[in-house]
Amino acid sequence: MLKGDLTTRTKTYQSEAVIESLIRVLGFSTIGFVVLIFLFLLRQGMPFFFQVPWANFLGTRWYPTFGLFGTLPLILGSILVTLTAIVIALPLGLATAVFVREVAPNWAREVLKPLIEVLAGIPSVVLGFFGMNIVAPLVRTTLDVPTGLTAFTGAIILAYMALPTIVSVAEDALDAVPKSYRDAGLALGATKWQVIWRVVVPAARSGIVVAVMLGLGRAIGETMAVMMVTGNAARMPLTLDSLFRPVRTMTATIAAEMGEVAQGSVHFQALFGIGIILFVLTFLINLAAARPIFQKRRRGGLR
Amino acid sequence: MVMNTPEDDPFIDRPAKVQIENVSYWYGDQLRLRNISLDIPANAITTLIGPTGGGKSTLLRLINRLNDLLEDTRMVGRILLDGQDIYAPEVNVSELRRRVGIVFALPLPLPGTVRENVLYGPKLAGVRDPTRLEEILVRSLKQAALWDEVKDRLDEPSNALSGGQQQRLCIARSLAMEPEVLLLDEPTSGLDPISTGKVEESLFALKKHYTIIMVPHSIQQAARVADYAAFFLGGELVEHQPGRNIFTAPRDKRTEDYITGRFG
Amino acid sequence: MGTRFIVQRVGFVMLSLIALAVVVPILVIVGVIVVRGIGAISWEFLTTMPHDGMKAGGILPTIVGTLVLTFGTAVAAIPVGVGGAIYLSEYARDTLFTRAIRLAIVNLAGIPSVVYGLFGLGLFVLFLHFGTSILAGSLTLAIMTLPVIISTSEEALRAVPTEYRTVIASLGGTRWQGIHYIVLPQALPGIITGVILGLLRAAGETAPILFTVSAFFLPRLPHSPFDRTMALPYHLYVISTQVPGMPHEIQYGTALVLLALVLSMNLVATLIRGYFRRRRPW
Repeated sequence: MLKGDLTTRTKTYQSEAVIESLIRVLGFSTIGFVVLIFLFLLRQGMPFFFQVPWANFLGTRWYPTFGLFGTLPLILGSILVTLTAIVIALPLGLATAVFVREVAPNWAREVLKPLIEVLAGIPSVVLGFFGMNIVAPLVRTTLDVPTGLTAFTGAIILAYMALPTIVSVAEDALDAVPKSYRDAGLALGATKWQVIWRVVVPAARSGIVVAVMLGLGRAIGETMAVMMVTGNAARMPLTLDSLFRPVRTMTATIAAEMGEVAQGSVHFQALFGIGIILFVLTFLINLAAARPIFQKRRRGGLR
Repeated sequence: MVMNTPEDDPFIDRPAKVQIENVSYWYGDQLRLRNISLDIPANAITTLIGPTGGGKSTLLRLINRLNDLLEDTRMVGRILLDGQDIYAPEVNVSELRRRVGIVFALPLPLPGTVRENVLYGPKLAGVRDPTRLEEILVRSLKQAALWDEVKDRLDEPSNALSGGQQQRLCIARSLAMEPEVLLLDEPTSGLDPISTGKVEESLFALKKHYTIIMVPHSIQQAARVADYAAFFLGGELVEHQPGRNIFTAPRDKRTEDYITGRFG
Repeated sequence: MGTRFIVQRVGFVMLSLIALAVVVPILVIVGVIVVRGIGAISWEFLTTMPHDGMKAGGILPTIVGTLVLTFGTAVAAIPVGVGGAIYLSEYARDTLFTRAIRLAIVNLAGIPSVVYGLFGLGLFVLFLHFGTSILAGSLTLAIMTLPVIISTSEEALRAVPTEYRTVIASLGGTRWQGIHYIVLPQALPGIITGVILGLLRAAGETAPILFTVSAFFLPRLPHSPFDRTMALPYHLYVISTQVPGMPHEIQYGTALVLLALVLSMNLVATLIRGYFRRRRPW
């Protein structure tokens, strides 16, 4: 009936072994995908780094039609837009996280959190569309610049795209600060405000750094919105007013030019080369953000 | 350790249902059980007593290999069920756990109705025949002294039952598999005296068919139900004796101190 | 004493103003697109082909294209993502290798969408000769979606109490039986929520499909996985940057349809999560 010898194996035993090994393979597959992505970027993009002299692709001019593949303006363009975006997004995001977690009454939290989730869900092309039709004209008239499609416009849009990530990660970090810290601060006679900025936020520092890193990673890889609002001029953003002039990022370059190049041409390989740079850059940023993963953790209890 | 003699041990001639031979057990680098050897007689209630952290629950969970679910543990020695090494590589652990059921300290009903809870075990074992399932349902609930209270509530969610009823439901759930050995880890710790009494009554009825190994939740309970008692302290088995003897004539000073309430 | 509390008062007001500065633009974005786009929405707009160089007619092929791509993404990503989550939550022990898997997931989540596009072009379109097709686009989007599905599903699986697994094991259930009969059904709402969140990201993405599937203008519906197709996000990009003299109303209408699609998926996910959180037995 229910029982056999202790060593009896049922038929289901074998089908389960099949299911379990399939699950294992699926678990391992993520590593495979990362490797695969890197390999295929290398396969198409590596020749670029061998064919084009260093002086050329580290140059300051990106004119593929004339054989000039200077990636520096694109890299600097990405950095300019991304850093400006984070400079805008970090104070906004941190303040919002503090407000939501520490200050806001319940009803305000119930309104804020879903709204920020809505922002996270808006497709980047829609934000780009909004940016070019609404934000760019606003930037042009208020700052009195010749075009509203500037690095600054891109940074504003990017800042809002990075905000949901920054807010939610920073919020988790604040949430992880033990209540006893807050109580201890209050018991010493500090105001809630003092406790927030002198106890809670410093205690959540590492989590906030992670929030910034993830926001940075998200911003540097953003493509469509940036392409639609930054004007896409591949020039070195070295002067002070560069922020308020058109700029071109690495992502926008790939997206805008890939459709028009011949497969296997140097230009084609150059775009994959930029892809390699982006991959490595975001890999490093995420590695830094994910450092806690590599700290040994021990689980208790039955599993 | 002093060995038992036939005069004071009515079970000494009975074949052991479960034999624990020189078992030591580590969790991480902590030694939890030190060289335990213990024969557990069939159709009797054996209680494992001693202060918290003495290794009672750990030993219990080794007997149906539930500790396999833990990471980072190590065991040496052997545990035999009817003479068969349950840690032998060819053993089917599911089959073992069907023969050695367990009830935990807290009632842990699974999601689903009363009926579903009782029948999880048989269904996992592949029983599909509805009349047979119905038989199992009724028998298990009656054995666990729960039938009268739930016979009209079989399709209600299990967490609608009271705590005492939930715990008896969990006992019924284990009994549904007709295990040969029933492990009880402080099964009445969360229950009121009346429910405790009902559970203990059903244990007396059950030992005719089952071998019961129990960590009681108090010495008083041990004294009420134990045919046989083993005293654990700090991962060591201090002594084991028939129940009436260990409580009236403990051989070891430490056992006596525990029984008389000087520590623990 | 007094000044410190005045500082606190002022501080709290500042914080709430900043929070407003974060949310008001969100409302403005949604509001502007709804107000300016609603006039374009009609049965005809949603169900007919575009004509006159996309300056007139409807956007049917872009809607169908996006739905087909999202469906393809779901078919490819759900088994791999949920399987991977089951592995991480139920099987993986805390080894160096497991941490490498977690790092890979964090990494996949961080790879820029346009790099996914390059990868899809390199692997699916060129190397595997799928061509610029729905198949290539769906697979590219699926890999991009994996980290979202895996992380949210794993979270849902881990939220199921450990004790259930122990009980099933103690009843002679195998690990897989525990997963199959208890853990998966209990985690299902959370998994569904995660899957929807992943898919809505895929539905709204443009960069990964730029070089793998999208057609600039293709006024017919796709017939096979090897067809190209138009898609809503790419179409919005095209009509707002590549086509001079495009009527604003059609642009905003298209943006509204896309926005409505992803936000309604978002809403469904939130509702499922909220509904089951209240009903679960633990």
